[in-house]
Amino acid sequence: MPSSTEKLPAGAYNPPMPEAFPVVQGPVAVFTRAKDESVIRRRIRYQREADVSWTERVVSQPGCEGLYGCIQCGTCSASCPLAIYMDFTPRRIIQLVREGFHHDVLRSQTIWLCASCYACAVHCPQDIHITDVMYTLKREAIAANVAPKRFPIPVLAGVFYDMVRKHGRTSEFWVVLRLLLRTNPLGFFSMARTGIALLRTRRLSFVQDRIKARGELQALLPPAEEVH
Amino acid sequence: MSAPAQAGPPDRYVYFPGCSLKGTGVAYEESLLTMFRKLDIGVDELEDWNCCGATSYMAISEGSAFALAARNLALAHRAGARELMAPCSACYLVLMKTLDYRKRYPSVDKSVREALDRAGLPATNGVRVRHPLEILYNDIGAARIKSKVVRGWTGGRLACYYGCQAVRPYSEVDDPHQPTRMEQLLNAIGVPTVDYTLRTKCCGGSLTGTIPTVGLRLNYELLKESVRNGAEAIVTICPLCQFNLDAYQGQIRADIWKALDVPVLYLTQVLGWMLGGEWRELGLNRSISGVSVLKRWFSAPKEKEAYV
Amino acid sequence: MSDATGQPRVGVYVCHCGTNIAGVIDVKNVAEYGATLPNVVVSREYKYMCSDPGQELIHQDIHDLRLDRIVVASCSPLLHEHTFRTATEAGGLNPFFFHMVNIREHGSWVHTDRAAATLKARDMLRAAVRRVARHRALETRSVPINPDVLVLGGGIAGIHAALTLANAGKKVYLVEREATIGGHMAQFDKTFPTLDCAACILTPKMSQVKSHPNITLWTYSEVTKVDGYVGNFKVEVTRHPRYVDEALCSGCMQCVEACVYKEGRVPDAFNYGLSKRKPIYMPFPQATPSVVLIDPEACIDFKSGKCKKTCIEACDRDAIYLKQAANVEEVNVGSMVIATGFQPFDVKRTPYYGYGHYPNVFTSLEIERLVNASGPTGGEVVGRDGKKPKAVGIIHCVGSRDQHTNKWCSRVCCMYSLKLAHLVREHTDAEVFNFYIDMRTPGKGFEEFYQRLLNEGVHFVRGRVAEVTDWAHDRSEEGKLVIRVEDTLIGTVRRIPVDMVVLSVGLEPREDAQDVRRLFNISCATEGFFLERHPKLAPVNTSTDGIFLAGCCQGPKDIPDTVAQAGAAAAEALALIDAAHIELEPNTAYIDAEHCSGCKTCIPMCPYTAISFVAERDRVAVQKAEINEALCKGCGTCVAACPSGSIHQNLFEDDEIFEEIAGLLETAG
Repeated sequence: MPSSTEKLPAGAYNPPMPEAFPVVQGPVAVFTRAKDESVIRRRIRYQREADVSWTERVVSQPGCEGLYGCIQCGTCSASCPLAIYMDFTPRRIIQLVREGFHHDVLRSQTIWLCASCYACAVHCPQDIHITDVMYTLKREAIAANVAPKRFPIPVLAGVFYDMVRKHGRTSEFWVVLRLLLRTNPLGFFSMARTGIALLRTRRLSFVQDRIKARGELQALLPPAEEVH
Repeated sequence: MSAPAQAGPPDRYVYFPGCSLKGTGVAYEESLLTMFRKLDIGVDELEDWNCCGATSYMAISEGSAFALAARNLALAHRAGARELMAPCSACYLVLMKTLDYRKRYPSVDKSVREALDRAGLPATNGVRVRHPLEILYNDIGAARIKSKVVRGWTGGRLACYYGCQAVRPYSEVDDPHQPTRMEQLLNAIGVPTVDYTLRTKCCGGSLTGTIPTVGLRLNYELLKESVRNGAEAIVTICPLCQFNLDAYQGQIRADIWKALDVPVLYLTQVLGWMLGGEWRELGLNRSISGVSVLKRWFSAPKEKEAYV
Repeated sequence: MSDATGQPRVGVYVCHCGTNIAGVIDVKNVAEYGATLPNVVVSREYKYMCSDPGQELIHQDIHDLRLDRIVVASCSPLLHEHTFRTATEAGGLNPFFFHMVNIREHGSWVHTDRAAATLKARDMLRAAVRRVARHRALETRSVPINPDVLVLGGGIAGIHAALTLANAGKKVYLVEREATIGGHMAQFDKTFPTLDCAACILTPKMSQVKSHPNITLWTYSEVTKVDGYVGNFKVEVTRHPRYVDEALCSGCMQCVEACVYKEGRVPDAFNYGLSKRKPIYMPFPQATPSVVLIDPEACIDFKSGKCKKTCIEACDRDAIYLKQAANVEEVNVGSMVIATGFQPFDVKRTPYYGYGHYPNVFTSLEIERLVNASGPTGGEVVGRDGKKPKAVGIIHCVGSRDQHTNKWCSRVCCMYSLKLAHLVREHTDAEVFNFYIDMRTPGKGFEEFYQRLLNEGVHFVRGRVAEVTDWAHDRSEEGKLVIRVEDTLIGTVRRIPVDMVVLSVGLEPREDAQDVRRLFNISCATEGFFLERHPKLAPVNTSTDGIFLAGCCQGPKDIPDTVAQAGAAAAEALALIDAAHIELEPNTAYIDAEHCSGCKTCIPMCPYTAISFVAERDRVAVQKAEINEALCKGCGTCVAACPSGSIHQNLFEDDEIFEEIAGLLETAG
């Protein structure tokens, strides 16, 4: 047996297992295997998937310093208007961050569903600025390029970002148009009813608003930018 | 210039419209300017303001987000203003957060300073951010507004909707759990309001447009709960909230609630009307929902001329 | 015992303290260095200086080497200064010729660099050797202890302390602010974990207090002034007027029956405002003393002067006396026990739970009164609308464990929430939900109590409730109070409509805790509870000698712990009394009268009010400040403040301090 101090290749003690583990092997198994067995998933977290240095990096961002104080009371999830739609509730995200499971966190829908309403931050008995944690995770997800490509919210952020960088102001029509083209072109039709109402009341402009001192803006924004 | 007078509010404010007030929220700008005019207070738009970045910039780059917002504060400072009024809740929050985080986090302050230096803008952090609701409540006061009212209210009961970012996490505008300033101002001039618990529940923000299943439902719940408690219209202080609650009622009618047709007003429209403003100059012609109700309510002529 | 030249003969002892010091500091090196210092006759190192052999070293050396100054470099003086002073004295020297250097808490325990720590220890030793040469002989002062005791607060803590002291034969003054003793415990229905009836176990003790020959019970009274020091406190107690003569009233309550008010009008504080009482009232049926009192703010006669005074007519003992005035008593006691208790968290600070906004949101204390058979509803648990609830939600941690309100855990709420769950179910058969963050049931029988509740069918939802709202999603939620919570154990958000919400409020210090502590010269901790001398080793003592703490005024705790603490406080007081004398530390300040100009700068500076201005004595003008040695705690403020430098401090004389500084600044070899 190798001693515990020798380095082993990853996976040596834990060979990858198939997702679904058939009870009966062989060609007969195709007919005899129960239909629902394929939904059996194996879910366990190993410490090699956890990276506490990532946690430290998140916690070092402005606003995130209270994260370690989480007592997992669940007030954040209870006060969050979007919690019932999230794959991980805010409380679970905090615990996942605390334990270093960046893979789950950065691919979750939670961070994108967060509407930044600050209900969680105001209610949290440990005074954790959960909204700031969500923003940090959004940035991390974009920087790591794992934000879902056709999920409207990160795409919206990117479209908004580009437009402001270039013109200094946004024009709602062009933001929505670009967003729909990238995520759901057919969505244009379902937006039609609202769009017509906006046109009728002249709340919608086709003109791209822009500032005069665009050069000033270019100088202002940091040069080497994280791209989405 | 917003030099404070000896007694009474300043006679001018510098104002940051933000992208919404020039777009779907144009009625907010129209009614805001009209209302302040009726109160004999001048409002000057900040020259060459840029987008505050809202929630999107913070989701991509923190340094950019703060720098972007800080440019507006620096422009105000350069123009000699020490206060900047931001009616849009998102703009208000972003500007407040920039001020606050520059004070509390040296790394943020450093990055913002460097950005402002690169752009040749003043790097001080001394401009105070204001919101129309707290200006009305603190600087002007219900008594003064009441003295300038020229109409009786011929409308119905209103549900005051504060939204989230105006009262959280900074509570200068009103209390985050039980805000009452809109009710206080409206009741003082004879406009009845209703009590309900969802006054600060998020409307979903941009989610109504991006993920309708989620966003529309949040809007529906807000509208339903207001009506269930006796409201005949909603009054709000955020352009995105007004847009969400007003513009999507057609879709909610199709999917969930056939009879829905509730007008959604801006506080500045209601106050502006009571102070003598007219239908078009208050942007009431821009309403999408409940228009027939609004036409009935906002048709009374002035009852008396305002005091000089 | 100095040598022929009059120079002191110093003995230096450097302790290893096992590896506590030796693990970081090179003790041998320090001891060798000690031998090179001026006036040092012997310099030793030893493993444990505080042990018997260690102390024996000192005795022997004093005798054999004719030492007259001792320096020990070891741990903190707070721990062993007394030990070594005693050893020095046992060796035949005045104990104040000893000086201690802390190379553990100030050396090995806070540094990791061996070389630097050793150099620091050498510097400190050098300074100490120079200083100790200047030490003078001092005598401790002994003051007698008055055997009488004052107990402040008549809750279970005060009652138990008073009875223990009285049974030991001491005279006790029990001062209680309310008109009756009993405190919060008298308001409880049943107590956890045994479900003992609170009144049944408390009232016998209350009656014992009333009838005990050694206890003077002063209710409706407050301490208004405290002067003096341990063994000799002079306390002024103000007895507020009840407008009823306590000696005459028999508690028959005919006067209450006869009052011109047919019904109660004033919210009854005992029932937390859930019922009303008349202006003349008995605080509660088992009040001790069983004497009524009149509330001058509600009584017509006091407010307008026009009343038929049917109460006076009805009293056949002529006990009502409307012109009664406050009475000030002065007592001398040797020690005091402070047992002023707690106040419940004010739920208006958590508006998101809807208290006051929705009628059927109650605090836990209100529910205690509802379930109690002698409460406002005779034991019926009904809402303010009179309806019996079908579902009840009990929210734990209201006001506690929260950075926005009180940061601490109030310790008793989980247990009493379980108790209320049991009682509410018993009285209403309602579905009961307990919403908690953690279930804290550490005491004897507590975990078993939790097991009992688990098996009674109470719902346990682990999640802190964000808000209580009347927002209804559908018909089934209309008219109910909806609790929105994340059930963290199942992993989903839930909406639970209930008819009644119970807020388990935490315990916090009383509003006037700061005023009380200033009156008695004790301290409060950051949360506002009274500060004990040491959290583990001296939990009932305060840093003021002679004043002890008992019960929730020192920190939230349940009845068993309160009674234990009250017994401990009584024992500490008894130890003091039975020793009959107390030795005062002579590190006090003293005034050089010749140089005192009578400017009075020092007097307001003293935090212990130990300095007084003597204008004249025996008809002769004095016009100087004087320090009461017994009150002085040696803080040094006056010494520093005196503009003419007339105030000195024993053990901290100028030359002693300058020597120490010079020793530190000397460039080491």
